[in-house]
Amino acid sequence: MITYIFVFLAVLAVASALAMVISKNTVNSALFLVLNMVSLAGLFLLLKAQFLAVIQILVYAGAIMVLFLFVIMLLNVEDEESLFSRFRVKYFVAFLVGIAVFSQLLYSIGSFSEMLPEVAPEMTEAGTVEAVGEVLYSQYLLPFHIIALLLTAAVNGALMIAQHKIKPGASND
Amino acid sequence: MISIDWFLALSALLFCVGMIGVLVRKNAIVIFMCVELMLNAVNLSLVSFSSHYGNVDGQILVFFALAVAAAEAVVGLAIIIAIFRNNLSVDINNVNLMRW
Repeated sequence: MITYIFVFLAVLAVASALAMVISKNTVNSALFLVLNMVSLAGLFLLLKAQFLAVIQILVYAGAIMVLFLFVIMLLNVEDEESLFSRFRVKYFVAFLVGIAVFSQLLYSIGSFSEMLPEVAPEMTEAGTVEAVGEVLYSQYLLPFHIIALLLTAAVNGALMIAQHKIKPGASND
Repeated sequence: MISIDWFLALSALLFCVGMIGVLVRKNAIVIFMCVELMLNAVNLSLVSFSSHYGNVDGQILVFFALAVAAAEAVVGLAIIIAIFRNNLSVDINNVNLMRW
C-alpha cells in the first residue's frame, strides 16, 4: 500500500515539475509548482516528517506561492512562445547537461547506498512536532533567532528595492 | 517501508528537472520557480536521510532552509519587480547591463 502511495506521489511530483518547466503560461507554471509542493508534502508524510509536511503546505504552497502569483498577476507578463517551437543549440546543451548531472547523481546514489548503516525501525520515529520542537528550542535556539533577524532584514530589503524611485532619463540596457 | 534509494533517486530527478528549467527558460519568474523546485528536491533528500537515521537534525536543517527560501523569494521577487520597472520585461535576455 505504501509503495503504491509512493509511486503515485512520485509520478505526480515529476509530472508537475515537467509541466511547470514546459507550460507557456506563467500562472499555469506557478499552479503546477503548487501541485509539486503538495505531492512533496505527501512524501514527507510517508517519511514520518509530519511537522515538515504541514510547514511545507503552510509556508511554500500557502505563503511563497501566493507571493509568486501576486507578482505574476501584478506584472501581467505575456505568454512566451512555445518551448519547442524551434530547435536551438542552447536547449540541446541544457538537456545534455541535465541528463549528465542526473546520471552522475544516480551513479553516486547507487554506489553509496550499500554503505549506509542499517538503523533499527524503532529509532525512525522522529519528526513529530514534539521531537522537532524539543531540538529546535534547545540545541538550535541561536540559529532560530538568527532566522528571525534574517526574515526581518529580508522584508526591509524587499521594501527598499521595490520602492526605489527611478530617475527619469536613466535607462538600463 | 520503501528503501531510501528511491527517495534519493526521486530527489535527483526533481533537481535535474529544475536545473533544466533554469537553463532553458527565459522568463525570470519561471527561472525563480525552478530554483525553488531545486531547493525542494534537496529538502526531500535531507528529510529522507533524517528519516533513515531516525535523527531529527536533518529536519531542523530543512526548516531553516524553508525560512531562508522564504526570505530569498521575497528579495528575489522585489528584484524582479525592480527589473520590470526599469525595462518593462522579465525576459532575462533583455537584462544584459552587466554581461561581459
